[in-house]
Amino acid sequence: MADNPSVEAGLSAFTVTLIIRRFDPETMDEPVWKDYDVELYPTDRVLDALHKIKWEQDGSLTFRRSCAHGICGSDAMRINGRNRLACKTLIKDLDITQPIYVEAIKGLPLEKDLVVDMEPFFASYREIQPFLIADAKPKDGKERIQSVAQREIFDDTTKCILCAACTSSCPVFWTDGQYFGPAAIVNAHRFIFDSRDEAAKVRLDILNDKEGVWRCRTTFNCTEACPRGIQVTQAIAEVKNAILAGKPAIPAGV
Amino acid sequence: MTTIEAPRSRPTRRRGVNWEKWGWLYMRFSGILLVVLIFGHLLVNLFLGDGVSAIDFAFVAGKLADPFWIVWDTLLLWLALIHGANGMRTLTNDYARGKLRVVLLVLLAGATVVLLVLGTLVLTTFDPCIGDSTVDALIEACAAQ
Repeated sequence: MADNPSVEAGLSAFTVTLIIRRFDPETMDEPVWKDYDVELYPTDRVLDALHKIKWEQDGSLTFRRSCAHGICGSDAMRINGRNRLACKTLIKDLDITQPIYVEAIKGLPLEKDLVVDMEPFFASYREIQPFLIADAKPKDGKERIQSVAQREIFDDTTKCILCAACTSSCPVFWTDGQYFGPAAIVNAHRFIFDSRDEAAKVRLDILNDKEGVWRCRTTFNCTEACPRGIQVTQAIAEVKNAILAGKPAIPAGV
Repeated sequence: MTTIEAPRSRPTRRRGVNWEKWGWLYMRFSGILLVVLIFGHLLVNLFLGDGVSAIDFAFVAGKLADPFWIVWDTLLLWLALIHGANGMRTLTNDYARGKLRVVLLVLLAGATVVLLVLGTLVLTTFDPCIGDSTVDALIEACAAQ
């Protein structure tokens, strides 16, 4: 432990109780809450706590994580009732006088412990055609030039890491999995408002659906849940406006 | 594993009139009108003049003798009732599934139509002389008919 930066910084460890909603489809009918005591430093993250449990106490604990630094979007989970990335949630930011409750994100089929089936989420993502559609040749045959202002209007929605924290915090999505969900709309926004893209009409048409943007109730759960700080509800409102106007409001080019 | 569909493949979802969009727009515009209509209604009925104590049969009869208030109240009735019913419809769609959803929607539509017809009937066919009025002006006006 000598090379532990928390120790070097003079921080001392304390015991934190985590209560995790465990589910094993092979032996259980219903998930159960199980508690674990872990020695943690204030600078540790919830992901470190999960690692300690898995490595030192119970190897059967199942969760997803890849980069562990808030970029890959694998470890979105419900921590103390709010959707967060376990790798970006510091222990010192939680009230450790109380146990920390950790469970899988809601609204998607639970597979095991903290792992859900993400396929319905990615299915609606695919449906909005999340790729640049540009058939016309660029003017000088080289580049599709974009002004700063044109880039600015969809900058926020390029930050999405597809962690599903927003979609699985949406009460409409909880009760109706047919709803596209905030993440799909955010990623549609990213291309609808891209001046180089030519298929805004197609995407707006897809989202002008019974299960499209009109199901949004502006509860702002998604905006609060987004670990990347994307103004999700605002993006959805901009897509609504673009549907009403028939086209996105993109600033004039260079 | 599912792969990304070929680009520019036609979306396979619904066709036809999109009521969700018009419903959403209706909620916005009726909402704006209702702010004026409701607060105007509350101001005249509960605040101006003798306030809430002035409300009796004669007060209502007096208001409904004026075409301005008939139009006002009719607008209020239709806009507010459809606004509310549409809100209940979205709630039902959000939280009810299968047969229950259909039953709730049919009940909701039925109640809305009955209330709209009844309300409109009262507003357009109101007769101030059926009441046992104590107001002199009303008695005179009815006697003159």
